[in-house]
Amino acid sequence: MDFELTEDQVALCDGIRDLCQGRFDIDTVRGLADCGGVDRRLWAELAETGVFSLLVPEDEGGVGLGWAEAGLVFEQLGRALVPGPLVGSLLAAEVVDDAVVGFIERPTGPALVEYPDVIDALLVLDGDGVWRVDAAELSIDAAHSVDPLTPVGRVDVLPQGEAVGGCYGWANRAVFLCSALQVGLATGARELAVSYAQERQQFGKPIGQFQAVKHMCADMYSREEVARAALYYAGCVMDATMGPGLPANPGGDLYFHGCTIDPHDARGDHEHRELVRAVSGARILAAEAADHNGKDCVQIHGGMGFTWEIDAHLYLKRAWALTPCFGSLDEHAERIAAMV
Amino acid sequence: MDIRFTADEVAFRDQLRDWLTDVLPTLGDPPDSDDWPARREWDTGWQRMLYDAGYAGINWPSEFGGRGSTPTEHLIFLEETTRMGAPYVGMNFVGQLHAGPTLILEATPEQQARHLPAMLKGEEVWCQGFSEPNAGSDLASLSTRAIRDGNHYVVTGQKIWTSFGHVADYCELLVRTDPDAPKHRGITWLICPMDLPGIEVRPITTVAGSSEFCEVFFDEVRIPVENRVGDENDGWRVAMVTFSFERGTAFISELLGTMNQLADMADVARNICRNGSSAWDDDEIRREFGRLQVEYDALWALTKRVVSQAQRTGMPGPGGSVFKLYYADVKKRMAELAHRLLEREALVFGDEAGDEQTGGDMVASRLYVLSLSIAAGTSEIQRNIIGERILGLPKER
Repeated sequence: MDFELTEDQVALCDGIRDLCQGRFDIDTVRGLADCGGVDRRLWAELAETGVFSLLVPEDEGGVGLGWAEAGLVFEQLGRALVPGPLVGSLLAAEVVDDAVVGFIERPTGPALVEYPDVIDALLVLDGDGVWRVDAAELSIDAAHSVDPLTPVGRVDVLPQGEAVGGCYGWANRAVFLCSALQVGLATGARELAVSYAQERQQFGKPIGQFQAVKHMCADMYSREEVARAALYYAGCVMDATMGPGLPANPGGDLYFHGCTIDPHDARGDHEHRELVRAVSGARILAAEAADHNGKDCVQIHGGMGFTWEIDAHLYLKRAWALTPCFGSLDEHAERIAAMV
Repeated sequence: MDIRFTADEVAFRDQLRDWLTDVLPTLGDPPDSDDWPARREWDTGWQRMLYDAGYAGINWPSEFGGRGSTPTEHLIFLEETTRMGAPYVGMNFVGQLHAGPTLILEATPEQQARHLPAMLKGEEVWCQGFSEPNAGSDLASLSTRAIRDGNHYVVTGQKIWTSFGHVADYCELLVRTDPDAPKHRGITWLICPMDLPGIEVRPITTVAGSSEFCEVFFDEVRIPVENRVGDENDGWRVAMVTFSFERGTAFISELLGTMNQLADMADVARNICRNGSSAWDDDEIRREFGRLQVEYDALWALTKRVVSQAQRTGMPGPGGSVFKLYYADVKKRMAELAHRLLEREALVFGDEAGDEQTGGDMVASRLYVLSLSIAAGTSEIQRNIIGERILGLPKER
């Protein structure tokens, strides 16, 4: 056992971090809010770096890495607040040729579609499979998103689309990648709060010297570290049980929304349970770490934290945008409770 | 990152499991918790069995009689022994995990030869004399005085929270040898035999009604100078060497035991009937079980990260403070969940036979968890450590 990043993994994190600092500084990120969340040129740079083809085998033109690495890359993207339909575009890499791809679960009523002005296509997951809907087929009404970095539009009737694959594993993969982004958001919010606590002076000293503030920062770090451990563990379990690609459905779907997986069900083999337990666990802890750290970051900034100018709200709102995707936290808790 | 165990690690686990399968049935029933002579015999007897089988001092270097195992093997050892219900390290804790490792790094060859083999064989029980009534979180302000008199230190003062002080043979003792120096620079680390004249040990009764803690009073106790470990007035540094061993693996048995307890509690919840359905049918209760499981799983993953960092660098990673802080809170939530299940039965300690129905150990646990955010550095101190040493926030002082 060596549950610590390898040299290659550290280099990968550093590389993505450098890319984010060079191309997605906070002014650029804020500017993206005015162009639908995606700039084609920057998106192409992400694609050329291999962000979306991480899991595609090398002999098929991809990077040929695993889920653990995908988690590390998405963690860095979250930390830098990089907007855009990152999760869908990675998952879509093996099944469609589009560059900017959204991914949602088929709702029973109207759909809220993220990045409606910039996507080429939308992948839709339901109990029967995954379907590609061309963006041109979508009739989108404008909506005012809470998160400036996650624009949304309403679609009253989602077309069925064209089948591109079975539904096996998609939800867990999406949940894992959302969790990675949120661990990154929790980190970014904590870093912003700590640097402010070091600089901001009141009563003649940095506010981070007061235990009330220092201890809030320590709790932010603790949440983030616990969520990170859960995320890395989930990545390793995914690599051990799923492999990087999209395997044929091995005897049952992993689509779970609205149904708790019965551990005694024939589908509930040991590996499957380990995977569900690890992914749902990472999901809950990452979502809560991002939410709490976002709120604490606002609090530590005091009045300025409540302004648009300070970046604290951007972490919090992006965390909120990522949480209600592919199952509520209660559903994930139910999945785990069934295994206690 | 690789969470899979290597072939060697798997072989180590298999061999250990075979041995445990053979010896555990021969142990008989554990003694009553307040029968101290019997508990000493039980704990030291288990230590002797470990020694004879080559598992004593699992993390100690082999040149000092230990097994010289890797941190990962140590983790496997704790995981398997907990899983199979083997005795806990118990009153061998200080010797095996604090005093022994300190002697390995800091003591003279004579001191090492005198004590290390005896610790490994279960022939010496050690206790810790660090905290004082007026030196808790601010440990370095300790004031138990040691005055040099020829070949002896004459020690007068009081120690507190000394676990197993009433059955220990030796104490790792911090004393003030220079009252005029800055507080960290006037402390000395001594090996104190507990049978010296002038030592009085008084058990402390905890809120749980147990008495594993003691106060220890020193009235002009003469400790030979040859019992000093490290230089005079260098004891703070020697003590900090000890503390670094506390992180990493110290909570593995505790965490795994808690995970077993959660599974037992879930069975209780499924069997408790209220208003015509089981407590498990209550959405809030069931989801809280799910969340607690998630957090324990994550803490186990965090432990593996800390252990892997120790394996790479020789030092546990900063996850140790995070673990302790987070674990104390989660375990308190688990105790509260237990009491939502038990309702009025939570007023009664269960008899041993009735544990399954009444959750007697859950009642005791509700009291025990109060100590988790206090012992071995309070949660407030852990937050200071994280804030200052990891995040780089300015010190208050």
